[in-house]
Amino acid sequence: MPPDHVLDDYVDPYDDPAARGHRHGPLRVGLGGPVGSGKTALAAALCRTLGQEYDLAVVTNDIYTTEDADFLRRNAVLPDDRIEAVQTGCCPHTAIRDDITANLDAVELLEGRHPGLELVLVESGGDNLTASFSYGLVDVQIFVVDVAGGDKVPRKGGPGVTASDLLVVNKTDLAPLVGADLDVMRRDSAAVRAGKPTFLISLREDPAATEVADWVRAQVRARVAAHA
Amino acid sequence: MTAALLALADSRLPAGGHTHSGGVEQAIAAGVVSDPRSLETFLRRRLTTSGSTAAGLAAAACRTAGGPRTGAAPAPAGDRVAALRALDREAEARTPSPALRAASRQQGRGLVRVGRRAWPDPVWDDLPAHPHHPLALGVAAAVAGLAPGDAAAAAAYLSITGPATAAQRLLAMDPITVAVVTARLGDAVDEVSAAAVPDADGWLPAGTDPLLDLLAEVHADRTDRFFAS
Ligand SMILES: Nc1nc2c(ncn2[C@@H]2O[C@H](COP(=O)(O)OP(=O)(O)OP(=O)(O)O)[C@@H](O)[C@H]2O)c(=O)[nH]1
Ligand SMILES: [Mg+2]
Repeated sequence: MPPDHVLDDYVDPYDDPAARGHRHGPLRVGLGGPVGSGKTALAAALCRTLGQEYDLAVVTNDIYTTEDADFLRRNAVLPDDRIEAVQTGCCPHTAIRDDITANLDAVELLEGRHPGLELVLVESGGDNLTASFSYGLVDVQIFVVDVAGGDKVPRKGGPGVTASDLLVVNKTDLAPLVGADLDVMRRDSAAVRAGKPTFLISLREDPAATEVADWVRAQVRARVAAHA
Repeated sequence: MTAALLALADSRLPAGGHTHSGGVEQAIAAGVVSDPRSLETFLRRRLTTSGSTAAGLAAAACRTAGGPRTGAAPAPAGDRVAALRALDREAEARTPSPALRAASRQQGRGLVRVGRRAWPDPVWDDLPAHPHHPLALGVAAAVAGLAPGDAAAAAAYLSITGPATAAQRLLAMDPITVAVVTARLGDAVDEVSAAAVPDADGWLPAGTDPLLDLLAEVHADRTDRFFAS
């Protein structure tokens, strides 16, 4: 065998004990998507629906203010010490994908404060269709778009639409008002998502986000099973 | 070893630097920085005060950590812990602003997180959990096989590149103009880092700037900020 094929004492540099630890920590769920699509509304809904079931916390990545964190506090879905806001240095996308340091700090702070934590939601700053989370930060990601952006959005694609673990098309209640065809959105999403799920929902009509909450429960179960 | 130095000074290194403006966000809000000329003045001032201090601390930490090119006999681990702790206190004493202390420790932790995986070495365990950034940088340089002068160069260089990028984003400046500003400061960066390397007596630079301290304190109280510092 050529010497460069002898791997007997090979130490895998990618096998990170910290990352292994992370797999035993809370499930980290990324909530990404364009500005105003309903990421905070979904985070609030999940907190309301799952807050009694799981020990959970939220990290927000507002571009500019602490608007999202304040919304979650105001709506009393989560106590203050379970919400951390991260400053993204004018670059929300970098903070969730290219250099996730500030978000990791926030997650670790929450984990340190609440050692029993089971679920952490990380809301990205509103960005565009190319925004996606690094899997160094989250275990699974939900991409939230809305009907008001037009029924072309799934067709335009981008990593959020095509590669997210769950695509949520929110605000179906607005479809008749903006002339969006939900069947087209459903069909176009299916065409680019290679079997991964897409839910068309209205948080206005279902403030509990029933379907999405069920999906998150399934992710938590899958994770617990994988590490049992 | 040039590649390791380039890696340490590269803004691609995911250590969290991009969320810090080095005071530029508040300098812009206060009207201190508004165009290329005032940016250059601000950066030169930062380089020769806190930049020089950071460079000296980084070089000292590099020498303390030991390593093939640090010119130091390997110290027993216990001594190293104590020496790095002493340097951390020196950094604290040179950073009067609580906001800047927090920003430095936050960036130090970010660098340790990536550094200990990119350049694994037991020396990382000798640092406090949230070391001041120059200490983390010095240790990273040592374990990456660099010399104290390299650690100083990286610290001096980073003291202007982070804020320059922040200014470019906040003022929507022409990125080429900002590149010109930083290129013009190249010689000054070299001079500052060369002068900052501590001599055998362990003398460390102690430049600070009350303007930077004040900007940082005002900035920390704002709720409408893009940058962590
Ligand atoms: N009609 C309708 N409005 C909705 C629905 N979901 C959210 N909204 C509204 O859409 C607006 C934006 O919702 P947010 O949850 O703040 O959106 P976001 O994605 O967090 O926005 P950014 O964080 O600013 O990017 C708010 O006024 C919500 O009340 C929905 O299902 N139907
Ligand atoms: Mg939001």
